[in-house]
Amino acid sequence: MNLDFSDDQKFLQSEARKFLEKEGSINRSRKVLEDKQSIDKELWNKIVELGWTGIRIPEEYGGLGLGHLELCVVAEELGRYLAPVPFSSSVYLFTEAIIKYADEEVKQDILPRLISGDIIGTLAVTEDLFAPSKTNIKTLTDNNLLTGRKIAVPDAGIATHSLVVSNSTSGICLRLVDHSSDSVIIEHQDTIDESRGHFSVEYNNTPSILIGDDSNGWDFYENLLDQAAVLFSFEQIGGSQASLDMATSYAKERYAFGRQIGSFQAIKHKLADMYVAITLAKSNSYYAAWALSTDSSDLSVASATARVSSTKAFQLCSKENIQTHGGNGFTWEYDCHLYYKRSKLLSVNIGSLPNWKEKLVSGLEKSNTY
Amino acid sequence: MDFNDTTEQAQFRKTCREWLEQNAEPKSSSSRESFSDIDFLEVAKQWQKKKYDAGWAMLHWPKEYGGIAASPIERIIWAEEESKFNVPRGIFEIGLGMCGPVMMEYATDEQKERFLPSMAEGTEIWCQLFSEPSAGSDVAGLRSKATQDGDNWVINGQKVWTSGAHFCDYGILVVRHDPNLEKHKGMTFFFVDMKSPGIEVKPIKQITGGSSFNEVYFTDVVIPDSQRLGAIGDGWKVAITTLMNERLAVGDANGADVKEAFNWAKKQDDSGEYLINNRATRESIADWYCEANGLKNTKLRTMSALSKGETPGPEASITKIVSANKLQDIGNFGIDSLDMAGMLKPENNEIQSFQNAWLGAPGLRIAGGTDEILKNIISERVLGLPQDPRADKGLPFKDIPSGN
Repeated sequence: MNLDFSDDQKFLQSEARKFLEKEGSINRSRKVLEDKQSIDKELWNKIVELGWTGIRIPEEYGGLGLGHLELCVVAEELGRYLAPVPFSSSVYLFTEAIIKYADEEVKQDILPRLISGDIIGTLAVTEDLFAPSKTNIKTLTDNNLLTGRKIAVPDAGIATHSLVVSNSTSGICLRLVDHSSDSVIIEHQDTIDESRGHFSVEYNNTPSILIGDDSNGWDFYENLLDQAAVLFSFEQIGGSQASLDMATSYAKERYAFGRQIGSFQAIKHKLADMYVAITLAKSNSYYAAWALSTDSSDLSVASATARVSSTKAFQLCSKENIQTHGGNGFTWEYDCHLYYKRSKLLSVNIGSLPNWKEKLVSGLEKSNTY
Repeated sequence: MDFNDTTEQAQFRKTCREWLEQNAEPKSSSSRESFSDIDFLEVAKQWQKKKYDAGWAMLHWPKEYGGIAASPIERIIWAEEESKFNVPRGIFEIGLGMCGPVMMEYATDEQKERFLPSMAEGTEIWCQLFSEPSAGSDVAGLRSKATQDGDNWVINGQKVWTSGAHFCDYGILVVRHDPNLEKHKGMTFFFVDMKSPGIEVKPIKQITGGSSFNEVYFTDVVIPDSQRLGAIGDGWKVAITTLMNERLAVGDANGADVKEAFNWAKKQDDSGEYLINNRATRESIADWYCEANGLKNTKLRTMSALSKGETPGPEASITKIVSANKLQDIGNFGIDSLDMAGMLKPENNEIQSFQNAWLGAPGLRIAGGTDEILKNIISERVLGLPQDPRADKGLPFKDIPSGN
């Protein structure tokens, strides 16, 4: 029985934490948010130098050839320090898609450049102000030329490539697009958290490459989300824990009515609830990490369980962190809002809480074991 | 990460299972731990004796008291395997889980030899006498009196919520020997023969209609000083040992869980559709599934630490808060699913299990530490937050406001 990370993985995690702490990742995130820069390029370059973009890429393409568990521990630290970098878009989604579904020629072309940071990728799916589904994708590929408009695409403004969920005469497919084409028009969109930019991307008869086969794109997309949900969960756990840590230390420092506010049960019980939520989320995410790393048939339900628990935990911890800070928590100056905003970004980026709950229950209905 | 036993653990599990297969019936869905009330105590005692003779009764205890000096992970493996069999439960847990460790730590060698093996064997059953009518969450507010009289102590007062007092042979008892001292300093700890003259046991009727607990009255009950555990005035310190063990003993709430709710929703009618197609139902199922699996996986993390010989983190402290509240919600859900017929008690095991969950959950949210006390413990011991300022601090016990 070993539902825990190895010593090597824990070492990688503590190195990641030291690095992000030393780099002042949280202040960098604030700067990106205030200046609407979409990314901290310097921090991203250092992350590339550390080799994190190639953690999961096989050694034959120049990567580190490590497993998903290594990615999980790094994700937790990126979440804890609100890293203003396109790691989730480029690594959890785009890179994983190339590794899993691209043919050899594309892998040889793309993977080494993902490692070196020359390519940043993202996933473009949403087209309107509601959830995308198999039946409402209007973006169309005809003869490898892609036309349509995606919105709320995370990190697209700094991405060199996108993986586009597209319709075609044979069904939904995934298309790889190089943004250097003049036919791609990318525009910044205002959002509730500018620490990671979101963009609209317009494709006008844009050349594209098919990734995977041309009719099962929606299943591939769902599977990519199942995988990425585990990694998002770890980012959410990191953010939850940072919120609880902030609230706890403030509750010890702040006095009211002649005593530390952390001595009031109204505050103590609130923080205990946060601890409970984090513990559930963490345990479910550990299990999902195991399912991901072993490609278990339980992955779909396990990742939805991790995702729902972690989304709930981060939403609870980030909002109650503000509440614990009282008026200070509502100021721009304190960091509480950075976590509150990031919790929403992470919770909607790969689909909202109600939709993941639905995925979880339909997964249970499909599995015969429950 | 993996879910496999080590070679030694696998061997140990095999040994457990082989013995269990020879000595008990595996659980099946139809034979759900059904023993009739009258025979239950006898059946439980027989099973305990059987386990004791083979070394399984208290396997982590040293050999001289009937154990096999098993490691924590071996103890868990045994419990996992035993839980797959239809065996009687609920009689010995308090004695073995709470009284045993206190006796192990504070009794004389002679007393340990006299009492521990019979406790493990099940020939003598023990109970815990802590709570009082005016001392629940604030158990240190207890008032039962101990007056020293030569080599003896004379006890007067009342205890409450004592599980199994009506069939127990011995009990552990904390009482106040000096109300002029501060509240935590004026207590002393004993063990007592439950057949002593002056002890009267009265069952408490619970909101479920059942009676698992008792009131225990003490009128001039004489206890020899040799049955004192710890020094005079150390009663609270000794009690804390027991309460720490109680938190490990009172864990996951048994009863209807998300699986039962899910299976019920798949066949229950909801305005001409199946209830599982109701969006609110689906959300609730998702939430309960996350909680149930969160607890299961938390247990696996604790086991992982034990398996590596490490001390587990504080994560197991969330178990009762989460499971008792989930039980209450699931009970509610099951009853609501019948709409206006929800008041009825039909002959249907599933419906009854929801009703039992709903009626039993309020007790589980209180027993072994209320939700509120457990949250205090998490915030103070895990998060390091300060204690509430206490209105009774530094006062002699007799001067503490009590509302009566």
